[in-house]
Amino acid sequence: MTDSILGSPETWLDEHGAALYKYALVHTRDQHKAEEAVQETLLAALQARDRFSGGASARTWLIGILKHKIIDMFRHDAREVQLDEADDLADADEMQDSDNFASDGRWQHKLSDWGNPQELLERGQFMIILQRCMDALPPRLARLFLLREVMEENTEDICQELAITPTNLWTMLYRTRLGLRRCLDRNWVGNAMQAAQR
Amino acid sequence: MLTCKDASHLISENQERPLGFRERWSLRMHLWMCVSCRRFERQMTLLRQALRMLGKRAEDETDSSGFPPEARERIRKALAERNSQTHDHPH
Repeated sequence: MTDSILGSPETWLDEHGAALYKYALVHTRDQHKAEEAVQETLLAALQARDRFSGGASARTWLIGILKHKIIDMFRHDAREVQLDEADDLADADEMQDSDNFASDGRWQHKLSDWGNPQELLERGQFMIILQRCMDALPPRLARLFLLREVMEENTEDICQELAITPTNLWTMLYRTRLGLRRCLDRNWVGNAMQAAQR
Repeated sequence: MLTCKDASHLISENQERPLGFRERWSLRMHLWMCVSCRRFERQMTLLRQALRMLGKRAEDETDSSGFPPEARERIRKALAERNSQTHDHPH
């Protein structure tokens, strides 16, 4: 009965495999992890087949399972290295404070004007540098940031999934944002200004 | 009085939780006076927009041919194995 809506497990791979893999690759950014996530998803789907309600499309149902698998993998990675969080906070510390603020809490340097946001977003160069700045982040901060900003998970879910407090999460997000802002400012806005002066 | 450092925390947290009345008020006062923090606020909004675009773009660009055939075959095998197991031993 459910088969007529879901199709047989053999066809899932043909019909949805590429879409699932693409989604997993975007969010794990690692071919092996993406493959593992897709396999785990289809195996879980096989087991849970009878619970498929038919309310959503099979694709949506599978992506829903995949999302949880990806988050599980993040959580597993986080557990493997117990000191990770403290390390990342320390990493994040390095990216922050004295670099950005004077001891009286003012900005060390007046922030430059980035100009028209819409124009900036349309420029390929800006997006390329943003990607590079993301790649340069400490891995766990990068994953956290991907979950929050790219997968658009909400704060409560991330805290629950990763077993961290909201205050911790906010601090890490804040420091990541400061780090990215600085990286963009140096590599994009700085260059653009030099180019304009030439 | 908020410092720029305090203000930047509130600007970031405003993307995570609704700010309280006092927080909103003191942030507004600070922004009114501080051009750097106004720029910081605009940059944070831009950063969020840009990251969402980046995610959508990545999804568009990673085309279906990116699914390696070997990976597909490995998964097919794992799936077939599990499927036959459940057929052999129904619960």
